[in-house]
Amino acid sequence: MASGQQWVLVEMVQAFYEAPAYHLILEGILILWIIRLLFSKTYKLQERSDLTEKEKEELIEEWQPEPLVPPVSKDHPSLNYDVVTGPPSHKIIVNGKECINFASFNFLGLLDSERVKLKALSSLKKYGVGTCGPRGFYGTFDVHLELEERLAKFMGTEEAIIYSYGFATIASAIPAYSKRGDIIFVDEAACFSIQKGLQASRSFIKYFKHNDMEDLERLLKEQEIEDQKNPRKAKVIRRFIVVEGLYINTADLCPLPQLVKLKYRYKVRIFLEESMSFGVLGEHGRGVTEHFGVNIDDIDLISANMENALASIGGFCCGRSFVIDHQRLSGQGYCFSASLPPMLAAAAIEALNIMEEDPGLFRVLRDKCKHVHKALQGTPGLKVIGEPLAPALHLQLENSSGSRTDDLKLLRAIVDYSLDRQIALTLARYLDKEERFLPPPSIRVVVTVEQTQDEIQTAAQCIREAALKILK
Amino acid sequence: MIRTDEHHSCKGTPMCHSDQKQLQSNSMKNGYHKKEKVQKNGKGDGFHQPRVRGEDSFEEAPMYVAVLTYMGYGIVILFGYFRDFLRAVGFEKCHQAQEREEQKDFVPLYQDFENFYKRNLYTRVRDNWNRPICSLPGPVFDVMERVSDDYNWTFRLTGRTIENVINMGSYNYLGFAENNVDFLKTVAEETRQYGVGVCSTRQELGNLSTHEKLERLVAEFLGVESAMAFGMGFATNSMNIPALVGKGCLILSDELNHTSLILGARLSGATIRVFKHNNMQSLEKMLKDAICSGQPRTHRAWKKILIMVEGIYSMEGSLVRLPEILALKKKYKAYLYLDEAHSIGAVGPTGRGVTEYFGVDPNEVDVLMGTFTKSFGAAGGYIAGKKELVDYLRSHSHSAVYATAMSPPVVEQIIRAIKCIMGVDGTTEGQRRVRQLAENTRYLRSRLKEMGFIIYGNQDSPVVPLLLYLPGKVGAFSRAMLKRKIGVVVVGFPATPITEARARFCVSAAHTREMLDKVLQSLDELGDDIKLKFSRHRSSYRPELYDETDFELDS
Repeated sequence: MASGQQWVLVEMVQAFYEAPAYHLILEGILILWIIRLLFSKTYKLQERSDLTEKEKEELIEEWQPEPLVPPVSKDHPSLNYDVVTGPPSHKIIVNGKECINFASFNFLGLLDSERVKLKALSSLKKYGVGTCGPRGFYGTFDVHLELEERLAKFMGTEEAIIYSYGFATIASAIPAYSKRGDIIFVDEAACFSIQKGLQASRSFIKYFKHNDMEDLERLLKEQEIEDQKNPRKAKVIRRFIVVEGLYINTADLCPLPQLVKLKYRYKVRIFLEESMSFGVLGEHGRGVTEHFGVNIDDIDLISANMENALASIGGFCCGRSFVIDHQRLSGQGYCFSASLPPMLAAAAIEALNIMEEDPGLFRVLRDKCKHVHKALQGTPGLKVIGEPLAPALHLQLENSSGSRTDDLKLLRAIVDYSLDRQIALTLARYLDKEERFLPPPSIRVVVTVEQTQDEIQTAAQCIREAALKILK
Repeated sequence: MIRTDEHHSCKGTPMCHSDQKQLQSNSMKNGYHKKEKVQKNGKGDGFHQPRVRGEDSFEEAPMYVAVLTYMGYGIVILFGYFRDFLRAVGFEKCHQAQEREEQKDFVPLYQDFENFYKRNLYTRVRDNWNRPICSLPGPVFDVMERVSDDYNWTFRLTGRTIENVINMGSYNYLGFAENNVDFLKTVAEETRQYGVGVCSTRQELGNLSTHEKLERLVAEFLGVESAMAFGMGFATNSMNIPALVGKGCLILSDELNHTSLILGARLSGATIRVFKHNNMQSLEKMLKDAICSGQPRTHRAWKKILIMVEGIYSMEGSLVRLPEILALKKKYKAYLYLDEAHSIGAVGPTGRGVTEYFGVDPNEVDVLMGTFTKSFGAAGGYIAGKKELVDYLRSHSHSAVYATAMSPPVVEQIIRAIKCIMGVDGTTEGQRRVRQLAENTRYLRSRLKEMGFIIYGNQDSPVVPLLLYLPGKVGAFSRAMLKRKIGVVVVGFPATPITEARARFCVSAAHTREMLDKVLQSLDELGDDIKLKFSRHRSSYRPELYDETDFELDS
């Protein structure tokens, strides 16, 4: 065997010597080829046919973008705003006509208050208008600290934080806590700023039917089952329930006591948006928690704007320091925006003073709300949406014509009819394509403490006439 | 070592050819090529002469500084872990607010690292932020004295104030943060008549005639067809970008864009790609690729492409390369969104922002955005441009439908400031301020360079970042400056890259030469004390840039 092998080897060497040069070269090339094949990728991930410069230029030449914005027709219903000249207080001048205001969220009539104006003026004298900086960079004024302290005290919480824009408050607060991978349970009727906050948080959003606690519990249970499958993951998924105290879109209350029960049963935190209920509900105007007698510490975060009852600008969040303080570094609308002009903060402080001194205001408002709610009942063709204690009701068509545009036109005709008769109303405006659950078209009726019995009767009468005339 | 070579390296790309000459002439010394440039930009008549654009400088720090910086962070983090350990075993008291007993078994509200950073790094130096003031945020302000009895966990106001601190932190570029009774007469009247709130949205019953007046004035000031004003600068971006672009659109965004732009882009649902800061090569490559390959996976053509840039970048002090971007935008049929938050009022011979600074027609920019918070000493923001654009926003802007309209006194303050800048109030005060700001800016910048500090940005930008690098110096610098009665802003990670902590000065027209000299003198001393003069390009010459005559020529 050994000798045989040797022979083969010798023969091979001999053959190598004898072989013609072209053969060796060919063999050599073949070997190199094999090596190349071994070391190069034998397949391509993607068939690449690179475009030549010329082809690229052609493509660039050919590409036609859509216009930056689509054209808006001149008579687009939301293009031509009603013009208000003079202050939008109890008497308001809309398109040149003086009317009684049933449209601005000036629930407590503080927009007009001399005291508030004087406080704002004295602040203007001292601080000027702008703050020229965010809170972190010398935009924190003594007035801001005072307002935060006062709001916390008013609400009975450890801490409060103010934002310079009402809309940005809850929209910044939600993504400060809830991140990608977390879960938010939210009511279908939630207002637009909540929706934007949800979107910015990039969390999983689970909508439950409006005020339907069974539906919410079903979702929570589903999640509980999901958690049991993967308990390790479940330990880091934060969960939140986001609700409004008094819904701006439906004018009804959230069932807070049941929500609190669910919170502890399923270990979910509650964020409560109170822009409509702060300064309205409760013996002292502290909102739904006071209305239901719920311990405010059971709510993780309460946010509200200061643009409705307080009749200033901006918003605030309040709750325990453990929760609220986090926004001072993580609330985008807080950190990256200039702070609230001191004169607006000063005005809010004075408005709080008035609210604290005279809790009777809230009783008056409640009576007026009930009155308006009652007076509007039985308007032909229109139904009243909302609870008797809600200060901003909706009038919807009983029978929709089937087309939103036509419905809006009908309602707008009622608004115009009333404007002519010195009752200022407005349509509730929405962005049709942006809303997650678009509310039906409606007329907003806002109650304020300044409206007298007579004015309420006149307004109700006027709406009835208009409905009779336009809807039949 | 200076990161400005992008100018010259973009050779070969078709777009750059025509601009190459211009760029070169730009980088020559002031005034030398002015004539030639005027001829070139002949169509810009009616606008001010194009100005020679200064260089943006981004000098890199020596290597040892970067090493020391990382070491600095390393030490603080090690100590952080050590102290966390001490807290865990109960040796050190934990001052942080705690979760309620009832909710201890909930999923923790905060992630650990986030908390770690705040607890062990931020808290140590947090006395340098959120300093409360109790006066006008003018050229000088009164800072309320705070002390902490528990190493910065809580603060206690002593009731004393540190008076007349020179304010180098507020964005009061034109000095309109003022409380002179005569100037504020109209604002006070407006407050008396209207109160402060509006209690309704623009689309419902919050559209006051004064808002419309403001919008007309803004459009006139900017030289465009139409404008719309909003109640908050941040929200102007975050609530209007989603109205302009959506799914199937592409946003090309500068890497240093402000959070509000990023948020707006995210909320819009469009695809976002980020190009290197002010890097035209990077932008052009992205534009080309985007158009050639279309949307990912489907390869469908993009509906539209929106380039988002800022006029002055607030943390870098650099100016956008507007002429180059406009050329690219035209070539690739993209749209341009220009955020002039810091530049409106602050640059340009008559304060009309970067378009004027570069001598380009503002109508060439598709969306002009800016804020009223800074130069105008008020609050809010605007979007301006073609009538179709603004009409569309009037009907589709989130802000117009859902957010309360602007406060009337604030509106009046903006009107007053713009009228002053435009000179329609019958004075030259506004123009004096614009000029003064330019002068102060160049003075401060050139003196700082001369002293050997590393400062970033354009010579004409009133935002002046001074690099501190080491985390330990951030707190020390700010405290030492306050001791010298100078209020400065310092920023570190995560607002800046980890190795580039810095102090930022905002120059104001209201700063007097004495104030600036005092600041400079303090900086000079402090720079030697705590070793901040890192620059290896110490310029020994004293350019005549800040001579009075130079500015008269310029405007």
